Amino acid sequence: MSKILIRGAKVLGGEPQDVLIDGGTIAEVGSGLSAEGAEVVEAEGKVLLPGLVDLHTHLREPGREDSETVLTGTRAAASGGYTTVFAMANTFPVADTAGVVEQVWRLGKEHGYCDVQPIGAVTVGLEGRKLAELGAMHESAAGVTVFSDDGKCVHDAVIMRRALEYVKAFGGVVAQHAQEPRLTEGAEMNEGVVSAELGLGGWPAVAEESIIARDVLLAEHVGSRVHICHLSTAGSVEIVRWAKSRGIAVTAEVTPHHLLLTDELVRTYNPVYKVNPPLRTERDVLALREALADGTIDIVATDHAPHPHEDKDCEWAAAAMGMVGLETALSVVQETMVDTGLLDWAGVADRMSFKPAQIGQAKGHGRPVSAGEPANLTLVDTAYRGSVDPAGFASRSRNTPYEGRELPGRVTHTWLRGKATLVDGKLT
Amino acid sequence: MQRHLISAADLTRDDAVLILDTAEEMARVADRPIKKLPTLRGRTIVNLFFEDSTRTRISFEAAEKRLSADVINFSAKGSSVSKGESLKDTAQTLEAMGVDAVVIRHGASGAPYRLANSGWIDAVVVNAGDGTHQHPTQALLDAFTMRRRLIGPDAGIGQDLDGKRITIVGDVLHSRVARSNVDLLHTLGAEVTLVAPPTLLPVGIETWPCEVSYDLDSTLPKSDAVMMLRVQRERMNAAFFPTEREYSRRYGLDGDRMARMPEHAVVMHPGPMVRGMEITAEVADSDRCTVVEQVANGVSIRMAVLYLLLGGNEPAVTQTRTEEK
Repeated sequence: MSKILIRGAKVLGGEPQDVLIDGGTIAEVGSGLSAEGAEVVEAEGKVLLPGLVDLHTHLREPGREDSETVLTGTRAAASGGYTTVFAMANTFPVADTAGVVEQVWRLGKEHGYCDVQPIGAVTVGLEGRKLAELGAMHESAAGVTVFSDDGKCVHDAVIMRRALEYVKAFGGVVAQHAQEPRLTEGAEMNEGVVSAELGLGGWPAVAEESIIARDVLLAEHVGSRVHICHLSTAGSVEIVRWAKSRGIAVTAEVTPHHLLLTDELVRTYNPVYKVNPPLRTERDVLALREALADGTIDIVATDHAPHPHEDKDCEWAAAAMGMVGLETALSVVQETMVDTGLLDWAGVADRMSFKPAQIGQAKGHGRPVSAGEPANLTLVDTAYRGSVDPAGFASRSRNTPYEGRELPGRVTHTWLRGKATLVDGKLT
Repeated sequence: MQRHLISAADLTRDDAVLILDTAEEMARVADRPIKKLPTLRGRTIVNLFFEDSTRTRISFEAAEKRLSADVINFSAKGSSVSKGESLKDTAQTLEAMGVDAVVIRHGASGAPYRLANSGWIDAVVVNAGDGTHQHPTQALLDAFTMRRRLIGPDAGIGQDLDGKRITIVGDVLHSRVARSNVDLLHTLGAEVTLVAPPTLLPVGIETWPCEVSYDLDSTLPKSDAVMMLRVQRERMNAAFFPTEREYSRRYGLDGDRMARMPEHAVVMHPGPMVRGMEITAEVADSDRCTVVEQVANGVSIRMAVLYLLLGGNEPAVTQTRTEEK
């Protein structure tokens, strides 16, 4: 592998520096570095970040290759500046055995756009009744460390307790999709003023908050760590803040869409806004931003959830829940967190690379941009502004809530261990 | 007036009064020996019913036929829909056959809105009830019935319901009738009070333009009209209330309670009634109960709506009178 000199990039948003990549490693960081024998990437004015890490991606393969495959999903990830994605377990068949997680892991390796770290199911078939073979998945080639029934809540308190305890044996973490199932029967959108008017089934904030409260207390009781997926309400923020102040080992993620969009959009009955957990209120959005800024919420995770066109081109009730997010995540974070002054680029690197890699134990990812580290890097043109055009997505699906919306920032280059996966905004 | 009728909230006061006035003209047609107008001759209207509903469909059908429209009835059962065809494909198929208007009843809230706003079809869309969202022609026929009873068929022309006190009782949570009525009655200047057990009121109701009460008895003496909503017995199983008897005792309308209403006040019900649950037979069969009138008024209102949406440029009734001479 040849040398690449990234010239004049603002590393983590700081002073312009040159970064020399040699092979798969960052060889040198400094000013006025020699370009001899190196391919030069002029990066003046751009921000260089560690390769982004997404702890929450749905790649859909195996089983729903009509919406996404490991190939199209990792191409979308590279387009969005990601060098690692954690693939959720709700595939068909469910990723609840060593065989399935190894298959997904191997496909990611073969395609080479982005490292794929499979997440294992907590319970067999995501049914919440019987623990899956968590140890076998951990010991497989995929080396699973994160377990989640995402899409469904591990609602049985005893099963959740056992899972939290069991994964301690090999340092795993359970990522909870917090949704009390009885309180959300027939739920279609956030329960509140808008749902009352639209006549859509309500998804109350308390259904999320009650599970988070229970699970942080369980984690405390058994001395485990717990991760909360896609936290979406101001109340959840308060509970996590309280738990952290008490020393409980809890981490939490927020999605880009929950940082930007509110349930007012549901008035259009356009299912592109149908997602689980649902879009909440302005008050929740502001609380989530603040919590991400002060560290109560640790990371941004996309919950990239591709669906074929026909599953969104229908009436609200019939539509699938979820939105694609890998290719717009960084822009939304710039819009909601950086351009609002809540977070600087070092903070973005922390929330979208360092911390998620740490929570998921993604080796070689989420590392500082300094000599000797693996060359997993993302270059962002932060001055760019443009409207989102789903036709240009690398993802197989187009179910974005941002179509036509003007957003800032554009990932121009992504390097995975020194190999360019994205150059001038084009996949290699 | 907007091109479609999706929600009662889309109607201005003047739109609504125009519809009520037009319905009054239509009602006079119903008193003639020949009840038919040529207004929508050559127009095709499809009644697209994804939910079982005999009375609403028949009411629309009668209205369409009295306006001389060609009528196609489409019910989802046994059709391509039960074989998995999407709403979009069904609608496009019908439009390809040259349909001018689609009257849609659908179990999913927002389905008519999607049909009107997704670029799937060009036809005029009339909402005949969607999920727990809206049922605008029901609200219009209710307002029409109130205006006739509380002001008078002739005296009411050009009038709204300013200052009338309307009480709506029952399962507001699951009721598109309640939502539509609150919107329309508010637009028409009426004061609306919703009465229900707290379990049958939606979270978020505090922003609605109405009062909310848990106590029926204190509300009745202050009501010009009391509208009873159907309460399905199955709600009991989902713990919305303990038993049918307890519901009836606290929120049902019987003779004793009716006696507390002012003498001029009427009892309304959108039907179908569950006798012995929200309303006793004594009340349902009394002169103060307008259930049967509401059905008749429903045809007039639907004629008015279809006329205004599809043929509004030409006079509806006056022209016919000329022809009759």
